[in-house]
Amino acid sequence: MTDVDQQPSTAAAAAEAERAMAPELVANSFGDYLRAAFNRVRAGDSGVLPVVAGLLIISALFQSLNSHFLTAGNLVNLLIQGAVYMLLAMGEIFALLLGEIDLSIGFVSGVGGIIMAELVKQSFDWPWWAAIAVALIACAAIGALQGTIITRFGLPSFVVTLAGLLGWQGVMLLILGKGGSLPINNKIINDIASGNLTPLASWLVMIAIVGLFGLNLWLHDSRRRKHGLVAPPVSVTLLKIGGAAVAGFVVVLMCNTNRGTLVTIQGMPYVVLIVLAVLTMWTLLLGRTKFGRYMYAIGGNPEAARRAGVNLKTIRTVAFTLCSFTAGIAGIVYASRLQSVSTSLDGGTLVLYAVAAAVIGGTSLFGGRGKPIHAVLGGLVIAAIDNGMGLQGYSGAAQKVVTALVLLAAVTIDAFAHRGRAAR
Amino acid sequence: MAVQGAAEEDLGEPLLRLHGIDKNFGPVQALVDVDLDIPVGKVTALVGDNGAGKSVLIKCVAGIHHPDGGEIFWEGRPVHIRTPRDAAALGIETVHQDLALCDNLDIVQNMFLGREKVRHFALAEEEMEIAAGETLRSLAVTTVRSIRQPVASLSGGQRQSVAIAKAVLWNSKLVIMDEPTAALGVAQTANVLELVRRLAERGLAVLIISHNMNDVFEVADRIAVLRLGQMVAVKPASELDKQIVVDLMTTGESTREVRPNGAQPETGSAP
Repeated sequence: MTDVDQQPSTAAAAAEAERAMAPELVANSFGDYLRAAFNRVRAGDSGVLPVVAGLLIISALFQSLNSHFLTAGNLVNLLIQGAVYMLLAMGEIFALLLGEIDLSIGFVSGVGGIIMAELVKQSFDWPWWAAIAVALIACAAIGALQGTIITRFGLPSFVVTLAGLLGWQGVMLLILGKGGSLPINNKIINDIASGNLTPLASWLVMIAIVGLFGLNLWLHDSRRRKHGLVAPPVSVTLLKIGGAAVAGFVVVLMCNTNRGTLVTIQGMPYVVLIVLAVLTMWTLLLGRTKFGRYMYAIGGNPEAARRAGVNLKTIRTVAFTLCSFTAGIAGIVYASRLQSVSTSLDGGTLVLYAVAAAVIGGTSLFGGRGKPIHAVLGGLVIAAIDNGMGLQGYSGAAQKVVTALVLLAAVTIDAFAHRGRAAR
Repeated sequence: MAVQGAAEEDLGEPLLRLHGIDKNFGPVQALVDVDLDIPVGKVTALVGDNGAGKSVLIKCVAGIHHPDGGEIFWEGRPVHIRTPRDAAALGIETVHQDLALCDNLDIVQNMFLGREKVRHFALAEEEMEIAAGETLRSLAVTTVRSIRQPVASLSGGQRQSVAIAKAVLWNSKLVIMDEPTAALGVAQTANVLELVRRLAERGLAVLIISHNMNDVFEVADRIAVLRLGQMVAVKPASELDKQIVVDLMTTGESTREVRPNGAQPETGSAP
C-alpha cells in the first residue's frame, strides 16, 4: 500500500520503525535484545507470544478448576487430540499465506482416510505403507485439481473449495453408505495414533531432535557473525538452544510417565513425531527455499511477485496441492485414532477448527504472514479448550462457544496488527 | 518530425537509441516517429503533459509494450525487447511508480525477489544479504537501520531508495524511473535525487520521468519533451529553462530566450 505513505514527524517514524524491528536486527547485547523484543510486542508485532501467553492462561485456568488437567497423562492425551487440528492447520497455512482459503480439507482428509482404510481391508490387503502412500497421493491430486481450477479459471478459492467441501463429503457418503463405517484392523496403522516409542527410544529421539535443532541454530548464527552480519548475541543463541532442550526434556518426561490405569502406557506417541516431522518439513520449505519465499511474496503483493518473474499460477497450484496433501496426513492420523472411518467425520467443523488454529496461532487471514509453528500452537490452544472443558463436564456446545470467542479475539488482533502495518 | 536539438552535443554511440518508434492503440496514435538517444553516465529526463506518451514510451523499452514501427538499438545493435525479461537480460531495469515491493518481506528479500541465490536447494541468505548491503552502501543509502527490516516499516523515500537499489543490484546499464519523487516530501525528494545523480556518476544511463520541473532541472543532464506522442525537443538542460520546457510541453514550440536557471518565476510544477 504505497499510497498510504503518510509521513509523521521523523522522530515518531523512527520510533515506530524501531518498534517494528525484529529484535535480532538491532541488538548487539543481551539487554538490547530484550528491549527490542519488548518494543516489538508493544508495536503489536509479537510473533508467537500472544498464543503462548494464551496457552499459559488457559492451562492455569483449567488447572485451577480441575487438578487433573496438568497431569502427564492428560497432557499427552491433549497432544494426541490436538494432532489432527495441528496437521490440518499446517495444511491450511499454505492457502492462508496466499490470502486464499481452502474449505475442503476437512473432507479431503476424510477421503484420504477412506482410501487408506479400503486398501488395507481384507479384500485388498495392501501393505500399510502402500495404502498410506496411495491415500496421500490421492489427496495431493485432489488439491492439484482444485488448485488448477482456481488458478486457470481465476475463480475464488472460497467457492471452489466450498464445492470441494460438499463434493468430497458426498464421495465419502457414497463409499461408506448411509450411516456406514469402515473399521481398520491393521495394527501398524492403528498404532500411528495410539502407539508409543519405548521410554529409552523417546529419550534418544528427543536428544537427536534437540541436537539437530541446536546445531542448526548455532551454525546459522555463528555463520552470520562470521560474515559480520547482524546476529543475536551468543547468550541469546545459547538461551534458545537451552529452551529447546528444556522443552524436549519436559515433553519426554511427561510422555514417559505411566498414564495407563490397568496396563502400563508410557513413551512418546508416534503422532507427536509425525507432527514434529511435518512441522520441520514445512518450516524448512517455507523459510529456506525459493518456493517459500514466493509464497510470502504472493501473499504480500502478488503484482510485485508477478513483475519479479514469479509464476503465480504454478506456485498457487502447488500451494493447494500441499494443503490437501497435509490434510491427507491429518486424515490418516484421524482414522488411526478412531480405528475406523465413519460418516460421523465432520469435515466442516474440522476445517473451521483448522482455520481457527492457524489464525489463533498468529497466521494472518490477509496473506503473507504465518508459519507452520503457528498451526501447532493454535492447535494446542483448541485441543486445550476441548480437553479442559471436557474434563469439567461442559457440553460440546459450550466448547464451541469458547473456541469461537478465542478465534474472534485472535482475528481481532490480526486485523489490528494489519491495520497498524498498513498505516505505517 | 522529431526535432533533435540543433546544439545536441556529440555523445558518441548512445547506450540506447530509439529510432522512429510508432505505437498505436487502435485508432489512437500514442507515439509517432519518436527518436531518442540515451547516453551512458547521463540523466535523461522525459517530460510531457498527461497523455503525451511518456509511459507508453518507457513501456516499449521495458518490454511491456511492443512498438508498431521503428527500431531500437542497444549498444549499436538492433534488438527486439519482447518481455520484461528480455529488457532485464540486456541490463534495463525499470522502477515503476508503485515500486512493486512486498511489504511483508524485508529489504534483502525484496531486492532479490525472483532472482534469489540458491545453494543446495536452500536460499543463500548470507550471500544475498552481503550483496544487498554492499549495493546499498555504494549508493550511500544509509538511512535504513537494518537491511533485514520489513519494507512495511520504511518511509516513502526509503522505499524508493530500496526500489532503485534493487534495479542497480543486477549490474544494469539503464535504469528507468517513473515519477520517483511523486509521493515524497521535500527532504526525501532531495535524497532520492541525489541517489539518481550517483547512478549517473557510476556510469549508468538513467531515464527519468517527472512532472516536477524543479526536480527535472536539478537532476537532469538532458531533457526530452514529448507532446501528443511526438518528440518536440531533446536538448541539454543548460539550453532550456522551466518556461521553455512548459511552452514545449503545451504548444510544441518556444520562442523565448534561455534565461539563467532560477531567474524566471516559479512555474510548471504540475500536480
